[in-house]
Amino acid sequence: MALDAAAWDALLLSLRVASVAMLLSLPLALWVAWILARKEFRGKGLLSALVHLPLVLPPVVTGYLLLLAFGRNAPLGRLLESFGIGLAFHWTGAVLAAIIMGFPLMVRAMRLAIEAVDPRIEAAAATLGAPQVSVFARVTLPLIMPGILAGAVMGFAKAMGEFGATITFVANIPGQTQTLPSAIWTALQVPGGENRALVMAALAGVVALVAVLVSEALARRVAKRISGAR
Amino acid sequence: MLEVALHHGFTGFDLDLAFDAGAGITALFGRSGAGKTTVIDAVAGLLRPEAGRVVLDGRVLFDSANGIWVPPHRRRLGYVFQDARLFPHLTVEQNLMFGARFAPRRSSGAGFDDVVALLGLDGLLNRAPATLSGGEKQRVALGRALLSHPRMLLMDEPLASLDGPRKQEILPYLERLRDGDLCLPILYVSHAVDEVARLADRLVLLQDGRLRAQGALFDVMADPAAVPLLGVREAGAVLEADVIAHADDGLSTLAISAGQLELPGVQAPVGARVRLRVLAQDVILSRDRPEGLSSVNILPVRVEAVHPGDGPGAAIALTAGSDRLLARVTARAVLDLGLRPGMDCHAILKATTVAPGSIGR
Repeated sequence: MALDAAAWDALLLSLRVASVAMLLSLPLALWVAWILARKEFRGKGLLSALVHLPLVLPPVVTGYLLLLAFGRNAPLGRLLESFGIGLAFHWTGAVLAAIIMGFPLMVRAMRLAIEAVDPRIEAAAATLGAPQVSVFARVTLPLIMPGILAGAVMGFAKAMGEFGATITFVANIPGQTQTLPSAIWTALQVPGGENRALVMAALAGVVALVAVLVSEALARRVAKRISGAR
Repeated sequence: MLEVALHHGFTGFDLDLAFDAGAGITALFGRSGAGKTTVIDAVAGLLRPEAGRVVLDGRVLFDSANGIWVPPHRRRLGYVFQDARLFPHLTVEQNLMFGARFAPRRSSGAGFDDVVALLGLDGLLNRAPATLSGGEKQRVALGRALLSHPRMLLMDEPLASLDGPRKQEILPYLERLRDGDLCLPILYVSHAVDEVARLADRLVLLQDGRLRAQGALFDVMADPAAVPLLGVREAGAVLEADVIAHADDGLSTLAISAGQLELPGVQAPVGARVRLRVLAQDVILSRDRPEGLSSVNILPVRVEAVHPGDGPGAAIALTAGSDRLLARVTARAVLDLGLRPGMDCHAILKATTVAPGSIGR
């Protein structure tokens, strides 16, 4: 059972959307996770709720909200369009949807990792003359690396699997916005398309498995280095 | 010179005190919950007190009245924590280099090789903190702090989490630091009188968040008013003695201003100056010079003050030559012997009571 061109396109598009979404959201997710873990401020609860909202909102609603905000006739969408960034019905829109949907998972994994770092170790670094940025880069960051990797894989996997918000926001245009889940769904709508769907589903499974295995291996190596085991 | 004045309220407890610390080791002594760690954290900048002022060598680190707050990383105070707090993801060498990395470029202070030699870290450099013993961790933490070229060292009960032998392993390093040519002032938090008696030059006594006494170690330790703060079993004068001779039977002769003492187990070589700690409860007073005693350590003393305690005991301040001693006797004995200031009598020191382990320098 060979893969047809449309299935290939869908796989490659999904990989591209997931990779870009994961890379773009990493720094922001890390920053938000750090703020939520370490800072006390007014509106912290609200920020946390906003970040987690896509987790509990029906994906269709998230996609619809994105359409309302970034659609061709929406003010934000028009503004971005004037900078040459088209989101609606474009693969970059799929990236935005993936970022929004994967963000809570990434933040959660990183926040847990940051909270597990003993703040007294960070205080010790400060007394040695390290400014806050250096404390984060040289102490906190290496110690939370397993959490960052876990968050990145979560974000990537979520982006690979994202369906509802994506199809609502950017539709299902083969070669442009048809991600792997959209392609599978489309195949299932066509009589006799079950075989194509099955192949693509297997493909999605392989990608997910590889991602998890790689992240596990990386996390093990990092954890070994951190715990100081020889 | 470090000048500290702090006010900080907690639920059910508030801290309100002022003291200063000069050259050498200043011990901040108090029972658990006296506020010692709060004070040292406030000096380091890890805790921002409600009000107060912290000045180190003329540089204002904190002044609530003028809104001055220098963040911890700009205070240049080396902090050695009770639990070492080494960076778990770095080797011993990398931990040490972390301290050196942020030292100001033109600052003077200990070099890497000096610190490694001083603290005996040579064999540990490639180890991970997780594989070190408690004593080794503390030595690395101390080296890391020294390499940041601090203007003062803060130590929060660095020996409290170690067992007896490990303490003995660290103490000589601390003495080397005190007596060596680094000339680094140290603020040393402790609730162990033996450590304080062995290490400190200056003593600040805290109780329930208040300052109770401060001054030179020899003065505060010989002050009868300090007895309840130090604990009746732990109180006692500290004096300096010169090692004169070691005899074959294991006793050593030491000279103090009022005469000579015969003590067992003195490790220091002839000619060395050592500290003696004479527990108040192990000093016996006699009006007449006693004869036929098993103890040979009898000194002529003069009563300076009689300080009745809360219980049946009384603390007696004594002078022996130019040294001071402290004796703890019962209130009844004060009446029976007629002890009063200005009276001459004899103090009997049981040889075994001068613990050789706590003789320093």
